This record gives sequence, C-alpha cells and structure tokens, in this order.
Amino acid sequence: MVGTPVNGRDEVLARLRAARGAAPAAPAEVPRAYRPAGAAADVDLLVRRLTDYRATVHRCDADAAAQPADAVARVVDAVLGGRRVVVPPGLPAGWLPGTVDAVTDDGLTAGQIAAVDGVVTAAAVAVAETGTVVLDGAPDQGRRIITLLPDVHVCVLRADQVVAGVPDAVARLDPRRPLTWISGPSATSDIELDRVEGVHGPRNLHVVLLPPAPRG
Amino acid sequence: MSRTFLGMPATAPRGVGHLRGDEPFPAAARRGLADPQLRRNLGHATTTIRAKSGAVIRELPDWEQLRAAGSAIKADVLARLPELLEQLEAAVTAAGGTVHWAADAVAANRIVTDLVAATGSDRVIKVKSMATQEIGLNEALEAAGITAVETDLAELIVQLGEDRPSHILVPAIHRNRAEIREIFLRAMPGVDPGLTDDPAALAAAARRYLRQTFLTTPVAVSGANFAVAETGTLAVVESEGNGRMCVTLPETLITVMGVEKVVPTWRDLEVFLQLLPRASTGERMNPYTSMWTGVTPGDGPQAFHLVLLDNGRSAVLADEVGRQALHCIRCSACLNVCPVYERAGGHAYGSVYPGPIGAVLSPQLTGVADNASLPYASTLCGACYDACPVKINIPELLVHLRDRAPHPRAEAAAMAAAAYVMDRPALYAAAQRGARLSRLAGRRGRGLPPPLSGWTIGRDLPQPPPRTFREWWARR
Repeated sequence: MVGTPVNGRDEVLARLRAARGAAPAAPAEVPRAYRPAGAAADVDLLVRRLTDYRATVHRCDADAAAQPADAVARVVDAVLGGRRVVVPPGLPAGWLPGTVDAVTDDGLTAGQIAAVDGVVTAAAVAVAETGTVVLDGAPDQGRRIITLLPDVHVCVLRADQVVAGVPDAVARLDPRRPLTWISGPSATSDIELDRVEGVHGPRNLHVVLLPPAPRG
Repeated sequence: MSRTFLGMPATAPRGVGHLRGDEPFPAAARRGLADPQLRRNLGHATTTIRAKSGAVIRELPDWEQLRAAGSAIKADVLARLPELLEQLEAAVTAAGGTVHWAADAVAANRIVTDLVAATGSDRVIKVKSMATQEIGLNEALEAAGITAVETDLAELIVQLGEDRPSHILVPAIHRNRAEIREIFLRAMPGVDPGLTDDPAALAAAARRYLRQTFLTTPVAVSGANFAVAETGTLAVVESEGNGRMCVTLPETLITVMGVEKVVPTWRDLEVFLQLLPRASTGERMNPYTSMWTGVTPGDGPQAFHLVLLDNGRSAVLADEVGRQALHCIRCSACLNVCPVYERAGGHAYGSVYPGPIGAVLSPQLTGVADNASLPYASTLCGACYDACPVKINIPELLVHLRDRAPHPRAEAAAMAAAAYVMDRPALYAAAQRGARLSRLAGRRGRGLPPPLSGWTIGRDLPQPPPRTFREWWARR
C-alpha cells in the first residue's frame, strides 16, 4: 500500500498520536511539594554563593543608599579605571567614573564590542541560593552581546532585586525577553571534571551590591 | 522508501547517525577494560563528580520533592506530547521563529543542511548537542561542503583528536590533561608550542583559537535543554559561554530538539533548573543559561529555526513501560554512579547515549534487535535509579528490555523445559536428585556444556546442595 505523501509535521504528529494511544489527557496535577517562591531573600547567602563561584562582590554600605551612583562609580573606577568599557544605552547616569573610556552600545559591531576591556550593566534579578544573576535585556542591561565579549563584567544589583530561590526568579522574569542566567565567570568542567574558570565568556565577574533604596 | 507504515510509531533508521555500535557491548567493553589509562581517567573523573554532586544535592532540603515534581511533569508531557508540540509551534511562530518537523535523522539532516545552504555560509558554529550527534549532523553537513565547528571544549578535544565522545556531559572524559595538551599541540592551528597541561592554560588556548570563528560565522546550530510550550521559550544550559556565543552572535540560529524536551509551562523550569545542574555538573547553578523566545528585534539572531525531531522517539513512546526513558534530561548522573560505565567507558556502548540511560534509550530508539546486548550491560545494582533527578526506573527498564531482546533458541528451549519440570513436583524432585549426581561427578565450579556455556563464562555454576529443602522438610 502506498500512502499519500505527507509533510514532516503530519507524519511526526500522527506517529506520536498513534504511540500515545488513548485520547489526550487533561493536564496532570503535578505534586509541587518543594519549597515555593516567597521566602525572604538572604543577601549574605548570595554574597557567599557568588564568592564561592569566583565572582568578586563589592558590597556598598548603608551610607551608599543616599548616593548609589557614586558608590557604583567608585567600584567601576577601581575595576576598570583607565580602560575602555561598553555600556547599554539605559545605564543610569553617574555610574561611570571619568576615568573610563566609555562607549554606548547603539548598534556596535561584534568586532567593536570585542575590542573593549569591560562592560557595566544593571541586572533584572538575582538568586541568593544559587549565586545567580539574571539579565533580561532591559535598557539598563542592553543587548546580550555586550555582556558576552568583553573580559570583565561589572554587574550592579539593588538589594530589592535579590530573591531567595529559583522559583522566585522564574516568577519575576518575563519569558518573552531574552534572558541570560549568570552564575560566576565563564567556566568549564571538561578537563577531568574539575571546574576551571575562564573559557569563552567574561573571565571576571564583579557584582556590585547596592543597599535597599531609601523609602519615600 | 516504503510508506506502508505511514503515521505509525517508527524506530530510528539504519545507516545514518550514531545510535548503533559496530560490535556487541561485551566485545567493545573488553577493549575499555584492557586500557588502564582509560580506567584511571574515568575513575578519577567520576569520583570527583560524585562528590561534588552529592554535596550540592545535600544542600537542598527538598531534593526528593523536586525529583517527584520533575518526574510528574515529564509523565504529563508524554501523555500530552502531540498537543504540547502544537502549542509550542504556535508560540514559537508567533514570536517570529520557524518550526520544522523531522520524522527521522535523514529528514532532520536535510532540513538543517538546506537551511545552512540558504544562508550561503560554508561554516556553522555548534554548541554541544546530543540530538545533532545522534543524527550525525556534522557528517551530513560535511557531505554538503559545510564545516561544522564544535565549540564546547570537550567536543573540540574530541573533534581535534578525531575521537568519539564517551560521556553525555563531558565527551572527552576519557582523556586526561596530558593527553588533551598533546591533542592541542598536534591539531590546533596556531597553538602556542609552549602550552602546558594546566587546565586553565588549555581552556585559554581554546578561547584564543575559537574567538575569531565566533565573530565571523553567520550560522549556529544548537540543541535545547528545554522548550516551553506555553511561551515558546527555548533554554540552553552551559558553562563556558560558547553556548551564549552561538545563540547570540550569528544572524541565523538553528536549534535541533528531540520532541520529548518540551515542558508545558514556564513555571516548570523552576523545577528543572534546580534538578539539572546539581545532578549534572554538581553545581548549584551552571555558569550560563540562555533563554530566548523566537526573535528579539535588534538583539541576537534575526532568523530562528526550531527543528523538532522524532527519530525513534515515537517508538519509545509506544511502549508504556519503556516510555519513561523519554523523561531523561541528559544530566549524566547515571553514568557517574554506574560501576559498569566506570570500568568499561562510554565507547563500549556504541551509541552516543552511553551508560545506564543509553542502555535503555538506544535499544528503544533503534529497536531492541539492533542494540540487543545493551540491556545486559548492567548489574541491575540500582544506583542509576537513585541518582536520576527525574526518577527513571532504569533497572526496571533493563529487565523489561531484556525480555524483549531476541533470545537464542537453545535458551528458550531450556527455559521451557525448566518450566515444564517445575510445574510437575515428581519430575522436579527427580531433577534435583539428578543435579546432585553432578556433584558426585565432581563438576563443581565448572561451566555448563554448550549451548548453555554462555551463562557460565563469567560465573560458577552453583554447587547443588547435599540435601534439598524438600528432602529436609519431608523428614521433619
């Protein structure tokens, strides 16, 4: 017997329907007895986890709450002073010290971005339990490429962006945006299953932790 | 090509891809067992990863609850697979991507090759993907004059060493640092002749070697760890940043994904992003996870193609016991705890899927007859079941597949005879007395005669007792 020629879509779906057998089930009730979102975030834990994965954490004291931009600029100066950096178009004013040679990403080529030494961005959310920072491409974080090619990434977090666990981060993030979850610098376990920092992504990750914004 | 079984579940076709070995497991394993360097490398690596993984799993008070949720989500996926794939297709398409459906390796290779050819590029960069290894995509691209550059460090080691991968997560696990240095010195263009075997120096050499390739190649091919039906979001987890390069820099991104990788909802990722890194690399979170939904104007590839691959998965789904092998999230925890894998190495399994999960997945994808020795490549110790973050009962599957594997006629005849005897008490008692005669004949520890000799190659025949239980009971 020769069937009528079909496209791959019909073929695959027909095979899977035949294999599955019975009519489509209603969505199953998944037992979610694991710890849900909503626990208080432990900023000290985030610092320990980031440090454990070889990120450098710069924790600003409470005095910095009044002038957070100055606190950020001081860190950027210490890390990237005298060098060339790329920044997203929406980087908050005052985060860059006069000592860096900054270029704003207004559609730079990959070659131009690869030629700079570092990048300064904000972040969308951070997960304390795993030591993870997530970028979502908002104007203060920019295109994914700018945090990928330069060798030094300075990432600025507000304390209210820190959440306890992975479920909290998933709940806060918008899946329609391009998301990059970053846990420490680029690394590999490919040689004898031992973790080595520094392959293709930035080999230096600096996280600047700002105190909670003053109320009012 | 026969269309007789159109629309019926089908196994992966022969003659393409890497799901079948050239020889049965026992023959291939013998070579691995005879290689002391391989056994030292594997023993060191699996010991390291077991300790790391165990430590970060113990940090979580709710690991078992996460496993239960992961298993339930995957069971739900299989129960609704066609509908979830249609939902995924609609979401990806709405976000600016294009979805392709590939019934098997041949179709998938043709789709990808045509897509690359349409861009005019004769080179693609690749982020490590089991699915593209399974279908032999690199060979298909090469036949079309397209160079596929593997960018994952371990894949690069395998490619430069003209070697075969031997582990799901760490394909070059069988190589130690000294061997990797030699491969780089021999095969990496422009490498520093003073390269040491310090892992950081080896990683830096790969960074220098691949940087220009990343910046100038307009097409990338990736796999996917997860695809969310509800939102059309794809996720790739990785460590080095080569995955970010591939899904960010090129103009065109082609993702090849086994159909079972779909998950129903965005929220489901909160489970798998906790399970996968801790079970896989033994990290609380892998260094990088990229997620994208279709095309983002001005950011990343402006053309996105998703290729949904069957290649035998429908045949696995058709087996109600066997289908749980499709829960697999490719963490490789089962390899790292398996006493057989640790000694024989990944190459012995023939397929790109080695270890316990390979022993149950490969025979189902190809049909058991084509990988008949793999369900026996296990001691049934059960460590793999305990380690599996989505609770695949691999020992149960192994026994199930052993039952479905072809058995020699003599074995079947012997089993039928044994069943006949055991059904008849008088005959059974006589047989036991007969067995005791063999004891008098001094055959203790000796092998059985052909055609049953296979059973006693690796074990002694039990010594018959001087008095059977039935005799003992009768005298009480």
